[in-house]
Amino acid sequence: MPPNPPRPRTALFVTCLNDTLFPGAGRATVTLLRRLGVEVDFPAAQSCCGQMHFNTGYRKETARLARHFVDTFADYEEIVVPSASCAGTPVEAYPLAAEAAGDRGLARAVAELAPRVVELTRYLTDRLGVEQVGAHFPHRVTYHPTCHSLRATGLGERPHRLLRAVAGIDYVELPAAEECCGFGGTFAVKNPAVSGAMNGDKARHVLETGAHVLAAVDSSCLMNIGGRLTRDGHRVRTLHLAEILARTEQDGPLPGVPVVEAAR
Amino acid sequence: MTAAREEILRRIRAAAVPPAPEPPRHYLRHAPGLDPDDREAVLALFVERLEEYGAEVLRTDRPGPAVARVLAAQGARSLVVPDGVPAEWTADWDGRVRTDRPPLGKAELDATDAVLTGCAAAVADSGTLVLDGGPGQGRRAATLLPDLHVCVVRAEQVRSALPGALARLDPARPLTFVSGPSATADIEMIRVKGVHGPRRLAVVLLS
Amino acid sequence: MTRSFLGWPAFPEAAEREVGNRQLRENLGRATGTIRGKRALLAAERPDWEQLRDSAAAIKDQVLAGLEQYLLQVEEKVTAAGGTVHWARDAAEANRIVTDLVRATGEREVVKVKSMLTEEIGLDAALEAAGISARETDLAAAIVQLGDDLPSHVVVPALHRNRTEIRDIFVREMGRHGRPAPEGLTDDPAELADAARLHLREKFLGAKVAVSGANFVVAETGTLVVVESEGNGRMCLTLADTLISVVGIEKTVPTWADLEVFLQLLARNATGERMSPYTSTWTGTTDGDGPRAFHLVLVDNGRTRALADPVGRQALRCIRCGACMNTCPVYRRTGGHAYGSVYPGPIGAILNPLLKGLDEEQTASLPYASTLCGACNEVCPVRIRFTDVLLDLRAQVADGGKHPVERAALGAVGAVMARPAAWKAAVKGAGLVGPLLPARTPVPGWTDNRALPDVPRESFRSWWKRNEGERA
Repeated sequence: MPPNPPRPRTALFVTCLNDTLFPGAGRATVTLLRRLGVEVDFPAAQSCCGQMHFNTGYRKETARLARHFVDTFADYEEIVVPSASCAGTPVEAYPLAAEAAGDRGLARAVAELAPRVVELTRYLTDRLGVEQVGAHFPHRVTYHPTCHSLRATGLGERPHRLLRAVAGIDYVELPAAEECCGFGGTFAVKNPAVSGAMNGDKARHVLETGAHVLAAVDSSCLMNIGGRLTRDGHRVRTLHLAEILARTEQDGPLPGVPVVEAAR
Repeated sequence: MTAAREEILRRIRAAAVPPAPEPPRHYLRHAPGLDPDDREAVLALFVERLEEYGAEVLRTDRPGPAVARVLAAQGARSLVVPDGVPAEWTADWDGRVRTDRPPLGKAELDATDAVLTGCAAAVADSGTLVLDGGPGQGRRAATLLPDLHVCVVRAEQVRSALPGALARLDPARPLTFVSGPSATADIEMIRVKGVHGPRRLAVVLLS
Repeated sequence: MTRSFLGWPAFPEAAEREVGNRQLRENLGRATGTIRGKRALLAAERPDWEQLRDSAAAIKDQVLAGLEQYLLQVEEKVTAAGGTVHWARDAAEANRIVTDLVRATGEREVVKVKSMLTEEIGLDAALEAAGISARETDLAAAIVQLGDDLPSHVVVPALHRNRTEIRDIFVREMGRHGRPAPEGLTDDPAELADAARLHLREKFLGAKVAVSGANFVVAETGTLVVVESEGNGRMCLTLADTLISVVGIEKTVPTWADLEVFLQLLARNATGERMSPYTSTWTGTTDGDGPRAFHLVLVDNGRTRALADPVGRQALRCIRCGACMNTCPVYRRTGGHAYGSVYPGPIGAILNPLLKGLDEEQTASLPYASTLCGACNEVCPVRIRFTDVLLDLRAQVADGGKHPVERAALGAVGAVMARPAAWKAAVKGAGLVGPLLPARTPVPGWTDNRALPDVPRESFRSWWKRNEGERA
């Protein structure tokens, strides 16, 4: 039998939302990690972490997805996730889901696996120990710290440090940055009026910065804010942080986005 | 033994709350950033906090003239003086002094301009005076209805923070903690001084 | 006529109505902005802030774990100090006790210190039905009462009103209940506060019976504590002959020394002050000082139900500082009325279902009145993990089969997601946008005020397969 090439020990959990709607975030994550010397695998069996189910109250259904997650990723040493909220699910939700389902085996498997699930930003700064990732992005960018990244997983200043280290970037702070954008998963459809009011304020703050690009580490929140900006006819691009960090000088400026003065 | 009492206690037992650990107590016992043994610093903080509230503060070793000066400056013409207030405190004032014995009616108290008391303890960190109804402090109504409260505080009564003051107080007595004149923020969360309690507070700090 | 939250619509409907009120949003934004700024400064001033929070949470947990013993201690000490203790299982029983106590005095008017519990049980309306007029004396509570309005905040019940609205209420209503508003009253807050002083002065001076709540009840001494700013509390607690304090059973703290923790946290977190202007404490009655008769009514009204909820019981730690609502992005846009209860905001979203159960659509809607952003967790002085309780309550709603359609949909999606082949097919299949949403169809709620994202030509997994195929 021919010897199998060594399988990468780092898995990408791209998340269902990125897989289906924001594949660019996933592609950028792969590009970035490879540039930093990390060989990353994409186990094709993966689907959804179950956060939406859990947050809506469906714990037994979450347990089913938790079992699937554990089965899919059990053999990997580290699982990198380009989403703060989905990276939190195995830690925050799976133990409670396992308890609700009365599945002790799952609880044990989750306890063993959860510490190996790492959000992308934290993976870069804490595991790889890099802030300068060789990125080049000559555009005016602002950053929305999503609630999960800010308060649940405590990313703190990590994303800002990574962004400020990007060559050519014109990074501007977002006013009232720590305010929720109003997405909240099913909140957006269960309480559309309130969600819309929150989102409207967030979009206004984004516009106040004059940034041409809004970055975040959760595509869900970007979908929310971006949806508002688009509906109102604004041309601010929403990009996952990885999509900025992945671009190099060779890539040149992002087509269709104004280039900042200093970089010309 | 009412049925309601038994039912509530039964429900509490049925809730089966597991035992809780002993609470940690790692907070400061003194005002932050201050050496509690530096008495001058403690008193300076006390004065600063009171002045932030808009209270008038006089530091003196002669209470009589200070009390007279405060009352005159505030335009007070009548003063309630509870039992136990040293005669020296009012010796220099020539306005009308009323004792609270027999107890003055509510309307009489309301019609009096000012009240003069000592206190049971004081807190520098929050600029707080504590009255406990003991000698020289009067019953609560007497310190409530007149519009100006003049309080004489002896320097040794000032603790740097609340824990030190609470430990010296007797909870069996009716206590009033006063931290500045009455105020409200009920309209647009904007602080307005002076509602129902005394609208003006003056402190004579004896040291 | 006293308004109540009875029959209030579920949160989404009530919130939609409120959020459309531009004046309300402006009022809320201004007031909560002011108070958040002050609170942040005063909390930052304490280097031991987190330690104070640790202690407060742990002391309250100790209370909940030993509640029976602490309440018996309260009963013993209050009785020994000359007070009378009454127990009320629910709102009706509490109202009956208070009404009977007032009737026994022969009085037809009582003055009240602001108390959220008496709002919760509808005491004013119960007294009114018995021919007893209860006058609110806290400025904000009086604004609400005079305006035949409902409270919208636990610290400042009239937070939803601006100065001009308050002026109009005073001019219109004060004369009907006593001394009218002064001629030419403007909307200057100082003038408005002065009008309230004059209006209420005669009530205080004539008061024979007062009704209060309490911020804390100290078990070891039987001492009650009321924290306030205006002096209306002192007036009621001191000038009446009979004092009736209506207090939730969870307000207990074990020892006198425990107050050093709560009194240092409460005002900083509630109003951005080091201490509120007035803190009054009393133990039973005192000869020659204050009321001659003191009654303590200990009220359950759902608290033992909350206590039986292993995750939710932490809500009973609450000391009603209101910081969670001041910081909540949902509350700041809807105001308090949307929550259909005197307890709005994050604490209301968990406390109301815990007190009342999840059987009604209104209470079952409250755990979903949050984006789970977690801002409330960070400001809570007793470290209530609001998001944990919200999620647990949502699980209880889901398990109770409240949303059968949603359950079926999420169940089906879950089944697809847990089977790799089915999931891959779903992702590849034309027109499936995300896990739930069919492409290009307006999504109720979402497309009200947002565009749907463009559907990419290629999913990530297709790209990976193509790309990896090239690499291999």
